[in-house]
Amino acid sequence: MKKGIATAALTAAIAGGVTGALADDTAAALEQYRQMIQDSNPAELNEMAGEELWVTPRGPKNATLEQCDLGLGPGVVEGAYAQMPRYFEDTGRVQDLESRLMTCMETLQGIPSEEIINGKFRQGERGKVADLVAYVVGQSRGAKIQVDLDHPKVKEMFELGKQAFWYRSGPMDFACATCHATDGERIRMQDLPNLTKHEGAAAAWGSWPAYRVSNSQFWTMQHRLNDCYRQQRTAEPIYGSDITIALSVYMAGMANGGTMNAPAAKR
Amino acid sequence: MAGPMRIRAAAADGITEVRVLMSHPMETGQRKDGSGNVIPAHYITELVAKHNDKEVLKVEMGPSVSTNPYLSFKFKGGASGDTIEVSWKDNKGESRTDSVQIR
Repeated sequence: MKKGIATAALTAAIAGGVTGALADDTAAALEQYRQMIQDSNPAELNEMAGEELWVTPRGPKNATLEQCDLGLGPGVVEGAYAQMPRYFEDTGRVQDLESRLMTCMETLQGIPSEEIINGKFRQGERGKVADLVAYVVGQSRGAKIQVDLDHPKVKEMFELGKQAFWYRSGPMDFACATCHATDGERIRMQDLPNLTKHEGAAAAWGSWPAYRVSNSQFWTMQHRLNDCYRQQRTAEPIYGSDITIALSVYMAGMANGGTMNAPAAKR
Repeated sequence: MAGPMRIRAAAADGITEVRVLMSHPMETGQRKDGSGNVIPAHYITELVAKHNDKEVLKVEMGPSVSTNPYLSFKFKGGASGDTIEVSWKDNKGESRTDSVQIR
C-alpha cells in the first residue's frame, strides 16, 4: 500500500519533470485556488479607499480629483483605464495611470509629483496613489482593452517598450524576455505568462494591479515592474519614468482586445 | 480608524448567502517590529450578523484569523431589500458596524 503511493508520487514527480510543467492535477488544484482567492480579494478594500480619496479635498489646494481627466473627459472614470496608457494633449506625453494620477494630483491638488517619485511603495502619497489605482482600474472591470496604437506617440512608446523588453542588463544579463518570452515557463511554483503573445499579455495586463497573497500586499503595475528589475538584480527604474510607461504600452498593446479583470488576487 | 467592511448579500431559493470582507490588521501580539519591540495584539474578538434586527450569526474570533478577515455564510430566509447588519468588536474595545440590503 505504502509502496503504491510512493510509486504514484514518484511517477507524478517524474512526469512533472519530464514535461517541464506541473502535473495536470497540481495545475488544476492551483487554478481552483486562484478562483477561490478572487472571491475574498482584499484589493476591494483598496478600491473603496481609492473611491473615497477621489472625492476627498486634499493637498495645498484642498481640491478633489473629480476634475481629473483620464482620457475620456474630466471626471470620467468608468472604462478609462482600459484605454490607457494613452497620449495626453495637456502634458504632451504618453502616460500610464500612475503618472497621470501624479499629474492630476499636482495640477488639481498641489501635491508635488517629486514627493511621490522620491517616495516608497505603499507609503505616504505613493500609497494613496495605489488606492486610487485600485479604484480607477476597478471601474474598467469587464471592459475591452483598447490602447490606441495608431497614435504616433503611442506607437513610438510601443516600440521603445518592445526594445526595453528584450534589453539585457545587470550582473545576470537578464531581460524581461528571459522569463516572459516563452510558453510554459515557470519559476518555482509561479507560472510565467508569455508577454510576447496576445494570450499571455492579455492575462497579465488584465489582472494587474493585484493583491498578492504571498506577501499580503496590494501592488500596482509600477510596483510590479520595479520588482521585476530588482529580481533581475539590475538598476530599478525611476517611478513613473518613460521606460516603465513604454513597457506598459508594449504589454497593453499586445493585450488589445482582451478583457480587464482587475484588481485581481494572486498567489 | 478601521476601514469600511465590504458586505455582499444575495438571496436565492429561500437561502441568503452573505460575504463579508473586513478591514482589520489582526495582529497576533507575537510579532516584533524592526527595533525588536513586540507589536501589540490587535484582533477582532467577536462578530454579530443580523437580518432585519434578528441575530443570524455570532462569531468568536482570535489571533489565528489573518489580516482583513473574509467571512462567508448562509442562512435560511431573507428576501431582496432586507437589511443585513454586521458588527465586530476587537480586543482594544474598538468596533465597527456596516449594513447592506440583500440583492
